[in-house]
Amino acid sequence: MFRRSEHDQRPPVQIFVDGVAVAARQGDTVSAALLASDVDARRSTAVSGAPRLPYCMMGVCFDCLVTIDGVGNRQGCLVPVADGMQVEIQKGKREIGK
Amino acid sequence: MTLAPKREDYDVVVIGAGPAGLAAAATAAEAGLSTLLLDENMGPGGQVFRAISSTPVTDRNQLGADYWVGADLVQVLRASSAEVIHRATVWSLDRNLEIAASIGGASAFVKANRVIIASGALERPFPIAGWTLPGVMTAGAAQTMLKSSALVPNGRTVIAGQGPLLWLLAAQILRLGGRIDRILDTTERGNYLAALPHAFAFLTSPYFAKGLAMMREVKAKVQVVSGVTELSASGDGQLASVSYVAGRRRETVPADLLLLHQGVVPNVNLAMAAGVEHRWDDLQLCWSPVLDANGNSSVAGIAIAGDGAGIGGANAAVVRGRIAARAAVEALAPASAAKLVPMAQLRTDLAKAERGRVFLDTLFRPARQFRIPSGDTVVCRCEEVTAKDILDAVAIGATGPNQLKAYRRTGMGPCQGRLCGLTVTELMAQARGKTPQEIGYYRLRAPVKPITLAELAAVPKTEADVKAVVRG
Repeated sequence: MFRRSEHDQRPPVQIFVDGVAVAARQGDTVSAALLASDVDARRSTAVSGAPRLPYCMMGVCFDCLVTIDGVGNRQGCLVPVADGMQVEIQKGKREIGK
Repeated sequence: MTLAPKREDYDVVVIGAGPAGLAAAATAAEAGLSTLLLDENMGPGGQVFRAISSTPVTDRNQLGADYWVGADLVQVLRASSAEVIHRATVWSLDRNLEIAASIGGASAFVKANRVIIASGALERPFPIAGWTLPGVMTAGAAQTMLKSSALVPNGRTVIAGQGPLLWLLAAQILRLGGRIDRILDTTERGNYLAALPHAFAFLTSPYFAKGLAMMREVKAKVQVVSGVTELSASGDGQLASVSYVAGRRRETVPADLLLLHQGVVPNVNLAMAAGVEHRWDDLQLCWSPVLDANGNSSVAGIAIAGDGAGIGGANAAVVRGRIAARAAVEALAPASAAKLVPMAQLRTDLAKAERGRVFLDTLFRPARQFRIPSGDTVVCRCEEVTAKDILDAVAIGATGPNQLKAYRRTGMGPCQGRLCGLTVTELMAQARGKTPQEIGYYRLRAPVKPITLAELAAVPKTEADVKAVVRG
């Protein structure tokens, strides 16, 4: 859906999405990194299981909810990527212990 | 890096580091007041100047001169004594001016003598059929990614809606080599006539020439369809196509990405939860706080500046931030106000910045069918409640948004009504033959953003706190 501009000179950062290495850039939010990658980043809702992707990218819609380093229901659009970060696409509601 | 506030008390706490917050914090600090600026994002700028200190888009022409104004504001703030904390989510503000902010997974508490809320705006809900499909986003979302990560659409892309931001985004995407297949303009034909009496002020405002140039730039490269009166998105688990009606023509175009925008509205959650009185604005079709000329709200000590005070745009936001901060200085340290820009000058600046606004508000007043949906169209994205569900609830006795929560859980999901509140108010008002003011809005409470139970449990407690809730 999105591609990176060739003028983007920021240093690379590697994150893992469901265990698979994904190239990101320093300063990306988790949601931006997911949308720039080839990963199927669709979460599913807690209510009906409908697939969703980020909608607002500014912290208000909560459609970017994702599990980051073992913690569920994080707003991916507000969290910057970090090297080695473990991201899981969240299916359904947050699980106890996550 | 996690940073807690250095003090427990501040003269002024500013919430939000967009144009209003940056200007307010710098002004208060310049006058020698102890000032804390709390902001939810990774860096300063808010939405309009997003990623101003870190954007990979370094060719200044691509984002435009209006964007780079933000760099000067940040520079002034950084040269001041204001303390700034980013990635700090304010989740509570009360009448005692006590503020709770979540920073790095832990809550910090500060007390202020004055609070300036500069939490800005968010995009008006655009509840069309299929707007929850993956691949449908707001125009602002695309602009956020463009500014902060130099990302541009590269699949089949349709932009739909109306308003200045839509054209700015389109121009920026094209300048960065992104793809736009079609722009669907939903501006109502009748609005042009209605806006005409206000045209002179607009024609003589700086927005006119800029707006015209931008529309020309975009129209030279993209097919623009005007007079769009119906719009829907469809696909199976992913956006596949966009359908629309313009004139008598109904057309369906294949699409991977649909970017929606029909203006911005004040982000009211924090102010409403603090008890600030709001009124329905019939022109801007949203809730706006009741404020005096200095931005002071109905709650003593809380002022609101920027688009959260009613939509006025970035230039007006900067001036409103300075006015609110100057008023705080006059109240707390009158002797220091002399070194600031005089209030009379600020009022002149504000009048200039607000010139042409009524024209824009009238021209880009969104059409009823794009604000008040029907049938199976989802209204509340979090709890997945449709327009029909809400009308059914009204039919069996739901009178307003707060009762509707008990019937359908609308507004009770994580977004706390930010994406459905206006729609619910207008939909219920229409169904019950009342005005939005009569129907009212969700009663909002802290925490205004979700925090974990673990974070709440870790909050330091006095013996009295424990006794207040523990039996025996």
